Amino acid sequence: MSNPDQTPAVAKTSLLKLDARTRKRNAAETRFKAYGMIAIGMGLLMLVILVFNIVSRGTGAFQQTFVTLEVELVAAKLDKKGNRNLDDIKKVSTFGYAPLLKDAFEAKVAVAGIDTGIKPKQMAAILSKSAAAQMRDFVIANPDMIGETVAFEFLASSRVDGYLKGRVSRDSIANDKKISPEQLDFVDQLVSEGSVTKRFNMSFITGSDASDARPESAGMGVSMIGSLIMMMVVLVLALPIGVAASIYLEEFAPKNWITDIIEVNISNLAAVPSIVFGILGLAVFINYMHLPNSAPLVGGLVLTLMTLPTIIISTRASLKSVPPSIRDAALGVGASKMQSVFHHVLPLAAPGILTGTIIGLAQALGETAPLLLIGMVGFIASNPPDSIAAGLMSPNSAMPAQIYEWAKRADPAFYERAWGGIIILLVFLVSMNTIAVILRRRFERRW
Amino acid sequence: MNTMRLTESAVDTDIKITAKDVQVYYGDNHAIKDVSVEIQDKTVTAFIGPSGCGKSTFLRCINRMNDTIDVCRVQGDIKIDGEDIYDKRVDPVQLRAKVGMVFQKPNPFPKSIYDNVAYGPRIHGLAKNKADLDDIVERALRRGAIWNEVKDRLDAPGTGLSGGQQQRLCIARAVATEPEVLLMDEPCSALDPIATAQVEELIDELRKSYSVVIVTHSMQQAARVSQRTAFFHLGNLVEYGETGQIFTNPVDPRTENYITGRIG
Ligand SMILES: Nc1ncnc2c1ncn2[C@@H]1O[C@H](COP(=O)(O)OP(=O)(O)OP(=O)(O)O)[C@@H](O)[C@H]1O
Ligand SMILES: [Mg+2]
Repeated sequence: MSNPDQTPAVAKTSLLKLDARTRKRNAAETRFKAYGMIAIGMGLLMLVILVFNIVSRGTGAFQQTFVTLEVELVAAKLDKKGNRNLDDIKKVSTFGYAPLLKDAFEAKVAVAGIDTGIKPKQMAAILSKSAAAQMRDFVIANPDMIGETVAFEFLASSRVDGYLKGRVSRDSIANDKKISPEQLDFVDQLVSEGSVTKRFNMSFITGSDASDARPESAGMGVSMIGSLIMMMVVLVLALPIGVAASIYLEEFAPKNWITDIIEVNISNLAAVPSIVFGILGLAVFINYMHLPNSAPLVGGLVLTLMTLPTIIISTRASLKSVPPSIRDAALGVGASKMQSVFHHVLPLAAPGILTGTIIGLAQALGETAPLLLIGMVGFIASNPPDSIAAGLMSPNSAMPAQIYEWAKRADPAFYERAWGGIIILLVFLVSMNTIAVILRRRFERRW
Repeated sequence: MNTMRLTESAVDTDIKITAKDVQVYYGDNHAIKDVSVEIQDKTVTAFIGPSGCGKSTFLRCINRMNDTIDVCRVQGDIKIDGEDIYDKRVDPVQLRAKVGMVFQKPNPFPKSIYDNVAYGPRIHGLAKNKADLDDIVERALRRGAIWNEVKDRLDAPGTGLSGGQQQRLCIARAVATEPEVLLMDEPCSALDPIATAQVEELIDELRKSYSVVIVTHSMQQAARVSQRTAFFHLGNLVEYGETGQIFTNPVDPRTENYITGRIG
């Protein structure tokens, strides 16, 4: 049929003109790129909204309103016997200090010539309930200051603080028993006079949780220590156990049905909801082993259980990604299996292992549910632990549980602190992930 | 036993490796069938044969690298200096220090050139001090015909070398541990003619002290460097004898076909 002399006619095509097929393919590619860009754009938009929200709501917690006030530490009230005996001074409770505040305000009003129309007791009410305790602590620390006039910087009450931050207005306090419009007028006068100011509040970062009555003095510090101690427990337990288990499974264990079952179970464990680990911790560590309630040690153990599968899975993945020729090379010059693993395979897998571990830790840091079950909720510890052992065993909270606790409380001042806590938590998480990225860059080697 | 061996091949050098009825299976795949061979000491033995016939597999039996492959099973006897290397008492790690290997694909460690070569001597404690180790490394790199190219950058990563340089580095690494037997799986497949000539020179020199087994796809190379040649085909050892005799006067038609380029 075909004539060998006649070559089939091939239409000449120009490279300068796109044919229909090429145009179609190019169009499909352009569309696909557009979808991708839209998806990434949406993601970025959500991220921007999220960050904007968190920052705009949470930064308030890092600022606090302070009232500067000169208080005369009247010797007749604080040290009746006049012998500066510390035991006697300690007998004066915070109630004994309250009148000093009233007197101080009265004196201030008189000096500044402010016309208030409210009683000294109401003036003193613009201060935090912690003011008297702050004075008492000062006097106990400096008994020789009794009789002098000292300038104190007191926290303002959460309503006054909210007023300066715009959270509280004259409308919103119509039915509020804790503050009156006259008191706000008084605050206005003090602001213009310069003794009420808003500034950065370190004690939000270093302090402990506070009772419902004084949200202005609540801080993240102690729960932060709780979280850090738990992370230490997780790191000390989960990293060596996880890496050892992975190395054994990946490099030494025979491949048979038992290791298959173990492998499947590890993957399944990684998917178990964290609250299950929480109730397990409650049953095993607290009820059966009688470890103390709410202790960071228990929290750390629970989070270790939770993090182990993550670490094992990522470690095994990074061990697997080391080319087998490296193992052959080591064995070929007479290295033992263990030498080949520890001298060659592990260093190559290290960046992957570290990244996996840090991501596991970050996950554990943000975990709340299991902590609620073992009682690591807010307002447990009012002082930072004084040793690592105490930090492990004495009740404490953790950052996410503290945030949850604040968000639960009725006073809007706590709500603001919950957002502030979120910022601290995110700073931790972002720095951990940054460390993971840096380590990865640092150790990454090509072969 | 020793005396018996001597009477069998009285004029020849000693026999280093004896394989008898070796079978290798990868799962159900019967990769080596009934191979019996005697490899002499201070001799270069070449394994030739078409791709996939089992040359690498048999080579890996000699230093028990096949142990690392889960599906691989080895049957039969392989003896080095009369000792069964598959005996339960034999530690493959000790065996591999004695039987060095250069792999088909260059596989330097992702470490410095120096550390690549020094690794073996270090783990076997061959150097008394740093100067000693430096000497060993230099000697090995010279024998690997790569010293001149790398002497100024011993701290550079071994993986940064070209493919052929990497292979010579691997040869240097293998000889640095002073093995008694050196197994080389196509050591020159990535090398240019100059480097190939250098490696062949090295092989010839190694023959003075060791037994060298080399797998090659180059007939010319086999003819140049080896004294004895084994021809493998589909897992069988078809023919084994003096290199000259195999290339000029093969007994088996399959050998002749392969050498003349008709199969493979
Ligand atoms: N790790 C392995 N797992 C399963 N089968 C294998 C493995 N290695 C080799 N084989 C099989 O064993 C047979 C022999 O392979 P081998 O690598 O020994 O061939 P070769 O002669 O070295 O070939 P080449 O010249 O291409 O290197 C082949 O059929 C191969 O499919
Ligand atoms: Mg091969």
